[in-house]
Amino acid sequence: MKVLLSWLREFAPIEGDPAELADHLSDLGMAVEEMRVLPPLDGVVVARVAGLRPHPEADRIQLVDVDVPGTTGEGTDGALQVCCGAFNMAEGDLVPLATVGTTMPGGLEIGERRLRGQLSQGMCCSAAELGLGDDAEGIMILPREFELGVPLMSQLGLAGDVLYDLEVNPNRPDAMSVAGVARDLAARLGVPFGVPAPVVSETGEDISTVASVEIIDPDLCGRFGVRVIRDVSIGQSPLWMQLRLVLCGMRPINSVVDVSNYVMLELGTPNHTYDLALVPDGHLGTRRSAGGERLVTLDGTEREMLRGDGLIVDRDDRPIGISGVMGGENTEISDSTTAVLLELAWWDRLSISRTSQRLGLRSEASIRFERGTDHELVPVALDRFCELLDRVTPGGVSVCSGRLDGRGDLPTAARVRVRPARMSHLLGRPFSADELRGLLDPIGLRCAVLEDDADGTLEVMIPSFRPDVATETDVAEEVARHYGYGRLGRTVPRSPEPGRLTPTQRLRRDLRRVLVGAGLSEAMPNPFLAPDAVRRAGIDGVEPVRLLNPLATEESVLRPSLLPGLLAAAAYNTSHRNQSVSLFEIGVVFGSPSARSASDELPTETEHLGAIWAGGAVVDAVRMWDLICHAFGLDASLKNSADLDGMHPVRAAEVMLGDQPIGVVGEVDPVVCERHGLDERCGWLQLDVESLLSAAAGAADRPYQVVSTYPSSDTDLAFAVSDSVQASHVRDTLQAAGGRELRSVALFDIYRGDQLASDTRSLAYRLRLQADDRTLTDEQVAEIRQRCIDAVERTHGAVLR
Amino acid sequence: MNGPAADAGLDTLLADIDAARSQGLAAIAAASTTDELAHTESGLFGRKSVLGRIKQGFGSLPVEMRATAGRALNEAQQELRAAYANAADELAAAARRTQLQQEWLDLTETPPGPARGHLHLVTQTTERLEDVFVGMGFTVSEGPQAETDWYNFEALNLPAAHPARSMWDTLYLDLGERTELGDGEGGEASNVVLRTHTSPVQIRVMESQPPPIYTICPGRVFRRDTADASHMPVFHQIEGLVVDRGISFADLAGTLEEFTSAYFGKAISSRLRPSYFPFTEPSAEFDITCVICGGAGCQTCQRTGWIELGGCGMVHPNVLANCGIDFEEWTGFAFGFGIDRLALMRHGIDDLRDMYTNDIRFLSQF
Repeated sequence: MKVLLSWLREFAPIEGDPAELADHLSDLGMAVEEMRVLPPLDGVVVARVAGLRPHPEADRIQLVDVDVPGTTGEGTDGALQVCCGAFNMAEGDLVPLATVGTTMPGGLEIGERRLRGQLSQGMCCSAAELGLGDDAEGIMILPREFELGVPLMSQLGLAGDVLYDLEVNPNRPDAMSVAGVARDLAARLGVPFGVPAPVVSETGEDISTVASVEIIDPDLCGRFGVRVIRDVSIGQSPLWMQLRLVLCGMRPINSVVDVSNYVMLELGTPNHTYDLALVPDGHLGTRRSAGGERLVTLDGTEREMLRGDGLIVDRDDRPIGISGVMGGENTEISDSTTAVLLELAWWDRLSISRTSQRLGLRSEASIRFERGTDHELVPVALDRFCELLDRVTPGGVSVCSGRLDGRGDLPTAARVRVRPARMSHLLGRPFSADELRGLLDPIGLRCAVLEDDADGTLEVMIPSFRPDVATETDVAEEVARHYGYGRLGRTVPRSPEPGRLTPTQRLRRDLRRVLVGAGLSEAMPNPFLAPDAVRRAGIDGVEPVRLLNPLATEESVLRPSLLPGLLAAAAYNTSHRNQSVSLFEIGVVFGSPSARSASDELPTETEHLGAIWAGGAVVDAVRMWDLICHAFGLDASLKNSADLDGMHPVRAAEVMLGDQPIGVVGEVDPVVCERHGLDERCGWLQLDVESLLSAAAGAADRPYQVVSTYPSSDTDLAFAVSDSVQASHVRDTLQAAGGRELRSVALFDIYRGDQLASDTRSLAYRLRLQADDRTLTDEQVAEIRQRCIDAVERTHGAVLR
Repeated sequence: MNGPAADAGLDTLLADIDAARSQGLAAIAAASTTDELAHTESGLFGRKSVLGRIKQGFGSLPVEMRATAGRALNEAQQELRAAYANAADELAAAARRTQLQQEWLDLTETPPGPARGHLHLVTQTTERLEDVFVGMGFTVSEGPQAETDWYNFEALNLPAAHPARSMWDTLYLDLGERTELGDGEGGEASNVVLRTHTSPVQIRVMESQPPPIYTICPGRVFRRDTADASHMPVFHQIEGLVVDRGISFADLAGTLEEFTSAYFGKAISSRLRPSYFPFTEPSAEFDITCVICGGAGCQTCQRTGWIELGGCGMVHPNVLANCGIDFEEWTGFAFGFGIDRLALMRHGIDDLRDMYTNDIRFLSQF
């Protein structure tokens, strides 16, 4: 929202340093995104084109003789000669001339110079060159009444004017107008604010004889004001109006459209004009569409209405406009229009919002209607339109007497009880009733003290231009805003409980550090996958959650596993010559929608750890699992399993906590690696973090095992064991058979070869035996050893070697 | 036996002992290795050594000579033993020195061993933030990333068709059965979204535990944004929530100021500007002193001296009411800001996308 300081001043005597005013605006919640002080440009004066001559040496430049009183130059009859690249002016036109020595807004300094041998004694300026909009096409042609030789900016009343570009929050419909911004700023500065009453001389017939209004759906349209203006001649609006519109970001079109936009910017009241001759009986109706109706809007596009969209219809119920969004082509103002039917309505906010969003038609008007316009301004804005159109139309217009004022459902004026004690509590500083009143009255929130109320409770009348203020808390924001957020105090509340991480949160941090300590780096791959990425990673039988509105097909499903993402990350690194990376991720994976129970609205989310060793071996992954178990005091175990998702067919195992599988370890299926452009083999570990950490939490307070002070003795056992027997099971058997005195079992040698059957290998274990309370005798050691041998031979069909 | 002959015999004997002592010392001194020294041992101390033989002859000596000669012999033997032990120590030390000298190594030849890994910058930043807030008495809360419309919007005072919903570009999930939004015209809207902020966690906390509440909710959030230098469809946020008796806007300002100086340092302060969020009232934008220029004004802060960090405000009474909290008894404040951006700021990273390439050359820098 752009506002000019000079325009603000039409509503309040706002004075002060432009930068300080900008600070006030920001502090009031209308953040100044850009501030531009328009330079006085005293060197740019009004000049008259005395003659036009071709440049003897150049086609694209002409020589212009310009008259400026008090100067003589090298042109015809002592006029200044200027070389000019534009051809839009004619003899007698008034144009802005930047005289020699002027510094332009863009920094260009005007000097006397020669262009292709011809002297140029200044520069004729386009609007863009003067910082007055985007029009760089031609030289600005000025009104005939402008005074020659006098600086242009001061004649335009813009010298030293300030343009603020404000960021207006959605809850501030009032600040979507020059008058509203002025009201807020005037309150902050403590100066009076008022909207001048427009003066309309009604010279036409009574409006009721030429127009009528019917509100068919009162929940759509709360108020529908109409004026009729005759003797309209469509022309250009005056320069001052055009410039204000341009500086505020709107394009001048013609006098009627410009006045319409001007009123909208000034008062925040969008309005629409119809060619009265094209509206049968001047009748306007408004209703919701039943759906299916079609209308060609002003932009030439045919729109189809859905049920509930707001429409303007004519006498014959024919759609002639979309309420609050855009008018129809069939009743559009044209150059031949002589009578204007002016509509100024108040629409239901949600209806406008829904229709404009659906149609992708977000206009200056719809934005204002969505936020909420001021229905009480309807007659004022109608009159202001008439006043301005009369002023800008040469010879004036004739306004029909009276207005039509259709009424539908309007929000009732809210009264909010405001307790000074509550305000003080919410804002952390004592506010008296008087202080509150002093802050609220100037912004139109009129306060009355409740009779017989010892607490000084105020009753605040909420004005129609602040539909966002509906509760005591909303009023608190207004109080805080106008008191100044920065002036409210700063205190620090203290929780009655100490701050802390939960055990799971602490252990999750530990887990990350175990991984980092073991050399893995943390990756964060995209959790969105292409639909075929799951299958490409060798994961079958999972129907991933799909996005309804993905940005791209490649990112249209939620990952059911961390494997695809980490494979992609490993492949990215390999393709960038970062070989042999080891990466991990701790993140959420999403279960199939069909897998959740009927009572679950949400898909299941499980936190996984995934770790990948590019160019690594399965042993890296297994050792990592051992390390994690060791770090958390858990018993590691694995269950060799064939054909796990995405894994090498015979090099993978399920990771077990007790008899509960909590993950997978192994080598990624080389076919899957190849599909991801990875020519390295990859180790893989995947764990369910919640299961892991809850076991870790259970083991966190494990009791101390006394370190025995008695001597220990080691004994080695080697068995020939069938490949069908998992080595860890042999170890478990040894552990169980050895009992309390068996302190550790270490697999120290594996041998396959000639001396053994082809599907058999030798597993050699070193057993360390020790008692807590005595030195083990040779007989006792021998007995334990024998127990271990017997158990392994009996359980696994193994043979001691 | 007495007299000059006997005296002469004693003198000769003593001279022999002394000569043997001198020879012995010379032999010890001459040994240049432990082995050579060991070879001298029997010649010095054995039964057949000079002193050994003299000692064996003592039996035939007169008693009065035996004492004198014996003392001299003992002294000589002790001296030799001491010299021998000393020489043995010195030779052993010299031998060790020689051996160690041969073990010379150029330590800079060492090939690199196993490297430690690196936590992702987002994790590092999140943990730093958590630590600051835990120090201020906050707990850390978590919640699901896929959320119902109720938790992500409605409970936060954003009923269906609320215009402010367009403030977030939302990703909807297809869970098989489609649920239309309340307006009846949406057609393809679903009831389950990827959370657009971590605010739903606040709702879950308020629903599940009575006040007082002092908690932060860090986590992953999702927007339907095309990735560019400052936007990602997946990024991270941290929000804070306090609900207690007597909580005021001043408490919000004070808490954010305390956080700002704890996290960014004493030189950085905070300010609040009026803003709008449906779930807070009053609402504010939360700025901090520009960390690049220290408030003097630079390109990063567009010469204002301040950078916008996040949004905050007093929890809207409707939000408290939606969670079954009596807003006359309890008041609260909430705030939120992006984690990713803090990581970018701290390390001068220009492009957010760099943080998510998972390139080890990026990851291993931090």
